[in-house]
Amino acid sequence: MNNTTKAMPRIAPDSSLFSRESMNLASPNAVTAVRIFVWRTWKHTSNNLFAYGMDVVLAPVLTLLIFTYLFGGAIAGSTTAYLQYFLPGFLLLTILPMTVYSGTTLCQDIVKGVYNRFRTMPFWQPATMIGSVLMDGLRYMSAALVSFGVGMLLGFRPEGGAIGAIMALLFIVCFAFSVSWIFSMMGVLVKKPETVSGTSMMLMYPLLFASNILVDSDTMPGWMGVIVELNPISVAATTARGLMHGTASTGDIAAGVGVCLLLLLLFMPLTIYFYMKKVK
Amino acid sequence: MPLAIEVSGLRKAYNGIEVVKGIDLQVKKGELLALLGPNGAGKTTIVSMLSTLIKPDAGTAFVAGYDAATQANDVRRNISLTGQFAALDEGLTGHQNIVMIARLYGYSVKEACTLADELIEAFGLSDAKDRIVQTYSGGMRRRLDILASVINQPEIIFLDEPTTGLDLQSRMQVWDVVRTLLKRGTTVLLTTQYLEEADQLADRVVIIDKGSIVAEGTPTQLKASTGGKTLSIQLQHPYQVNAINIERLLARHHLTLLQNTDPMLLKIPVTEARRANQIIQLLLDNDMPVAHFSLSDPSMDEVFLALLHTPSKEVMS
Repeated sequence: MNNTTKAMPRIAPDSSLFSRESMNLASPNAVTAVRIFVWRTWKHTSNNLFAYGMDVVLAPVLTLLIFTYLFGGAIAGSTTAYLQYFLPGFLLLTILPMTVYSGTTLCQDIVKGVYNRFRTMPFWQPATMIGSVLMDGLRYMSAALVSFGVGMLLGFRPEGGAIGAIMALLFIVCFAFSVSWIFSMMGVLVKKPETVSGTSMMLMYPLLFASNILVDSDTMPGWMGVIVELNPISVAATTARGLMHGTASTGDIAAGVGVCLLLLLLFMPLTIYFYMKKVK
Repeated sequence: MPLAIEVSGLRKAYNGIEVVKGIDLQVKKGELLALLGPNGAGKTTIVSMLSTLIKPDAGTAFVAGYDAATQANDVRRNISLTGQFAALDEGLTGHQNIVMIARLYGYSVKEACTLADELIEAFGLSDAKDRIVQTYSGGMRRRLDILASVINQPEIIFLDEPTTGLDLQSRMQVWDVVRTLLKRGTTVLLTTQYLEEADQLADRVVIIDKGSIVAEGTPTQLKASTGGKTLSIQLQHPYQVNAINIERLLARHHLTLLQNTDPMLLKIPVTEARRANQIIQLLLDNDMPVAHFSLSDPSMDEVFLALLHTPSKEVMS
């Protein structure tokens, strides 16, 4: 023990904590661990509702209004006609940039040191990522629902009916979920959260705009049309549009789901692999 | 006495540069061992290896009876780490942080909430518990961080520079927390750059420089080890203006000058009082008039500097 006698604890040594018998605690199982991390991300959101509201409500609504009323007449002759084409793709346009958060959050944890604490704790480690990515799914869904609702108010009508709309929304959220793993992987690999957001914006915006989200690729010069059609975001937008209006062919759906699976099967294991390698 | 930590021949290199060069350590149960050393001495790397964050290149580390390299999960169940940067979730409140960590250790929601309230109260953070950690001061963060480290009732706590960057008052609060941990019988391995901190808290101090142990002992032993006394001489003129290189002059008489910023003050460790007389005579012979002088026990600072500026010296163990 310390041989000095000047210790004057300001912290009561007889607090019940210090008399508490050492409990024999079992580490949480994988499901509980994931649930705890979902809770964590949810608390992040509810502690920061204003920013969340801006992100999920205000930004999508403003962008939707601007695009519809600015380009609608020029591209499709009328705003309602344009909305019928544009809205399904717009949902991707508004949600995909949000997928970057998965990566910046993860990188932030690593940089800030909270990750070092998680790493020295005996629970199923991938939960840290899966929990927050799942919660991000909810963020995507709320942004999709808000944008879809405002689209309806502006005159959008899904020709595939309620079933078509639900399928399209689910597909869009799944696609965003798959894409988010790309940025999660980046978040594990790079040293600064800013690197994730910087690089991803460089990657994301050309892909979003050089797609058939805003304009039908038939109207473009041949070479551009080919590039646009090959863009995975176009594939997803075509699938979403097809589902929404009940015109999707089996090929469209297979292509859309295929892109999701490809991203998921490639980037999820890679992310977990790199993360675990850091743990070891 | 059973050992909480037993390390032998621990080595680690990054990109071919060896930062930990064969460290042997033993920490008894319930003891506080301070790893003391300057920036870049390898302290954090050692702690990272012991707390399973990185694997050693060579050597073994047994922590709480388990091999840190191969039984990481067993080690993790028995330890806690508080790093140089508060390992907290900035976006959660203090209370939410503690609940999250308690849940991850296996407490139920209800138990976690009760425990969080109790601990926050005990660590004097009740007023701030519902504020987001982003708004906390440095001292509050560090206290919450250490609080988070005791949730799993660990046998061993690693505190990696727990007070770096804190003001004196916050530092003393952290020291109180550490003393409370020791009263509970927790083994603590603390790294620090502050000698005063080691002097205040540690049962034993291991001084590390450039990846190797340079000295080991209790604070008292270390102070005694440098030869017992320090001679402080106040000169009448700054010694730099003098033509004679004072360090070389002293070296010729097997004496070393301790670094300090005052150009009119010389601090020289001496083995016996008789040497003081010789040194003063030496200065006078070289036209350096002495204003006054004193002979005293060395501070930990002087021990530290003396050790870092002489080639490896086994003090004792």
